[in-house]
Amino acid sequence: MFNPAISKIYFMSYSNQFTAHTQLRLSPFFERTSKLNESQEWRRWSGYLSATNYELSHENEYFSIRTKAALLDITPLYKYIIEGPDAQRFLDRLVTRNIMICKVGQVMYTPWCDENGKQIDDGTVQRLAEQKFRITSAEPNLEWIEHNAAGMELSIIDDSTTTAALALQGPNSRNILNKVISDSLNNLKFFWMMKTRLNDIPISISRTGYTGDLGYEIWMDPKYALSVWDLLMDKGVSYGITPTGLHALDMARIEASLILLDVDYVSAQHAFIDHRRSSPYELGIGWAVKLKKKDFIGKTALEKEHVQGSEWQLRGIEIEWNALEKHYRKMGLPPGLPNTAWRSSTPLYQGNEQVGYATSGCWSPILKRYIALAHLKSDNARIGTKLDFELKVEHFRKLTPAMVVDTPFFDPERKRSCPV
Amino acid sequence: MPSVAQYDAIVIGGGHNGLTAAAYLSRAGKKVLVLERRHVLGGAAVTEEIFPGFKFSVCSYVVSLMKANVIRELMLPKFGLELLPLESTFTPLNNDYLLRTADHDQTYREIYRHSPRDAEAYERFGPLMSQIGMAVRPILETIPPNAIRPSLSDLSATKKLLDHFKTLSTEQFEYLVKLMTMSSADFLDEWFEFDPLKATMSASGIIGTFMGPRSPGSAYVMLHHYMGDIDGAFRSWGFQRGGTGAVSAAIARSAEHFGADIMTEAAVEKVTVKNGKAIGVTLENGDQFDSTKVISGMDPKLTFLKMLNEKDLPSDFVTSIKNFRIRGSSGKVNLALDGLPDFTCLPGNGPHLRGAISISPSLEYIEKAYDDAKYGNFSRSPYIDIIIPSVLDPDMAPPGKHVMSCFVQYAPYNINGGWNDDKREDFGDAVINALAQYAPNIKDIILHRQILTPADLESTFGLSEGNIFHGELSLQQLFIMRPAVKWADYRTPIRNYFQCGSGTHPGGGITGSPGEMAAKKILKEW
Repeated sequence: MFNPAISKIYFMSYSNQFTAHTQLRLSPFFERTSKLNESQEWRRWSGYLSATNYELSHENEYFSIRTKAALLDITPLYKYIIEGPDAQRFLDRLVTRNIMICKVGQVMYTPWCDENGKQIDDGTVQRLAEQKFRITSAEPNLEWIEHNAAGMELSIIDDSTTTAALALQGPNSRNILNKVISDSLNNLKFFWMMKTRLNDIPISISRTGYTGDLGYEIWMDPKYALSVWDLLMDKGVSYGITPTGLHALDMARIEASLILLDVDYVSAQHAFIDHRRSSPYELGIGWAVKLKKKDFIGKTALEKEHVQGSEWQLRGIEIEWNALEKHYRKMGLPPGLPNTAWRSSTPLYQGNEQVGYATSGCWSPILKRYIALAHLKSDNARIGTKLDFELKVEHFRKLTPAMVVDTPFFDPERKRSCPV
Repeated sequence: MPSVAQYDAIVIGGGHNGLTAAAYLSRAGKKVLVLERRHVLGGAAVTEEIFPGFKFSVCSYVVSLMKANVIRELMLPKFGLELLPLESTFTPLNNDYLLRTADHDQTYREIYRHSPRDAEAYERFGPLMSQIGMAVRPILETIPPNAIRPSLSDLSATKKLLDHFKTLSTEQFEYLVKLMTMSSADFLDEWFEFDPLKATMSASGIIGTFMGPRSPGSAYVMLHHYMGDIDGAFRSWGFQRGGTGAVSAAIARSAEHFGADIMTEAAVEKVTVKNGKAIGVTLENGDQFDSTKVISGMDPKLTFLKMLNEKDLPSDFVTSIKNFRIRGSSGKVNLALDGLPDFTCLPGNGPHLRGAISISPSLEYIEKAYDDAKYGNFSRSPYIDIIIPSVLDPDMAPPGKHVMSCFVQYAPYNINGGWNDDKREDFGDAVINALAQYAPNIKDIILHRQILTPADLESTFGLSEGNIFHGELSLQQLFIMRPAVKWADYRTPIRNYFQCGSGTHPGGGITGSPGEMAAKKILKEW
């Protein structure tokens, strides 16, 4: 964490009072995050300045997700409140999951599609009350939602800036929250949420996240943002709470095999050509398409695809170590592993034929495996299929063996379990 | 009636190398039994809750040399291996400090503060050491050939190594020879001028060794500590979540997954030898187990001089083992703390507490610490290598509390007058006083302390003379000489009796390497 004594020496020859100017949006937590960000490395996330890593390297932040507790500002998520007598029926028509069975306090992860069954976005649907839901998304969806709600008795509010959100992820996340909230989280199940208070501040906590670990997301009125941040940081110290940026998150989500819009797939609404569009079946989330429920957007096309089979599959692959190491040894180099997650499309071959491409990957420090998410032609997507992964060693392209493996790569028991 | 069971292989000692050997043998389909004297597995790689709520990596405390192929082949991450980076080294000084971190710019600027010249030399030094590490790696991965009567495969292995050495550049060769022969202080003097930097770097040349930074040969030990790699990157240290015992536990779970039987509180009394062949073991409680092969994970002294009768061994071999240098030189102080130490030179919490903290203000300081030991005393102002595991892994201590591991040198096994309770407390006091020089609040925050002298390391963990490496890593005790010429290939003069501990090639540290290579050698010739 920020150590005044260090900064004093490092900035010795300059003033340590600095101001900066930005055209980007600032989250209500920025007053804290900007001061904690020692690297001053930022990424854009939905037009917000979002910390890439707080420390000079993301390593400690990555490990805090897996062994301690990582605190992430996830305010940039798009959020919409759907409220009214038709809210449930509407959402059920909008998304592929069965929202009719979603209970108050339940959260569902779901994709949604266009009429051709091609995925537009994915996010979570939270049932906040009998007739009130919140849906989160990676890209703006207000127009799509409004367009499809025509004639229904409900209101749609863009909640993106009216609700601030934090994610607290990692094995110690529950212990920290139990210390600061007025209720116990011990019985809160995976993908459920509850309203509670944090020092009299009303918040809601969902047991959700983007890391594949035990973790929670905290939703609040932005006016309480700083108080919530301070309280968590204060009480979390002895549990190793660590402000965490997007580099670490990206690695964790790949380990958890969670797809990312604009990286692993393109929204059907923004795809320039049809080839870029994918269905949920092709993105490894066919389980979230409930064909038995009543009509929903894209159902006919998805039914057809379900019967006829999909052209593509999203799979996990593992790049084989020994061969990789050999490529580098030949050059007199130690094995070169990506330090952070990469997101540049990388060809995958079988024999002379390109059968797919990996869209994001990383070396997993916790699993000690080089893993990636890949789009593969369905014929070449069976678990155990051997592929060749294109690797650049010292400027030269090489092919190195990879294999289709089970996902999620990392799936700890604690993600779903409750304390006994 | 003594129980009798038939095993393909019995491994004596559930230390991490014994467990590794057991896992590899089981993985090859052999029926394996591991016998551990203590109630916990891991040998010196063990985590114990010494005081309620406070967990300690009681002996060995960091991991770097764990071989990547062992991690993969035994599927250790699946069984609980979780290595966290330990990337900074903090050397507190009077009114100043030296803090080296994983960040290139930060470290450059920090060393520049003390010596602009060193800051640049440091940037060339790291890659050179990595290159030397790569150059030496093939030796580490070779089963030592029999230098006296090489077999065909020994000859081909030797040829491979020679071919490899032909590929080294003149510079690599020059530095390799220097590292094999020089003292760490002399070697570093060629590179750097800032004394605390040299002192801290030289310290890795004395760990586990009864040498000072000015003793010839200490540069090799420094290289040994440079050869670690994590995730393919040379030269990084790690901390196992849950302590080093969790590494052993992961290997044990892997061994069990492959079908090994593991027994604790099963102390072996003797290896049963019949017609020059090992045929099983007898436990201290009289139980007997038969097996085709017996493998010892203990150090050479125990493996040969305790487990066997001298008369069963060739006398020149007995002499070699008796001469094998295993002089313990270090102690361990484990502290349960009420809070974090507050260093005068860099107050408060910060990244400097998340890595190694090294009490090594100057070369002279360490050399003087060695002088005390040379004449049979523990160091009044010792070199201390500290980590605070609870900062990386809060589960090691109750919330808000901390555990601190202090590796201390020197504490000679053969101390004047012998070790006793008073001397142990004096030794502990000396360590805490040395710490208090830099972090005065330490005395106020100690809740409990555990002090381990070399004598304790011997009696509790079965490390002869308290030597953490099962024998010094000095040139005459490496590769084809470890632990004795002709018997460095994991075999012993007793047929079907093998060795797989740190006293064999490539030596100490949590590597899994001796266990792996012994198992592979055994399987090759099964």
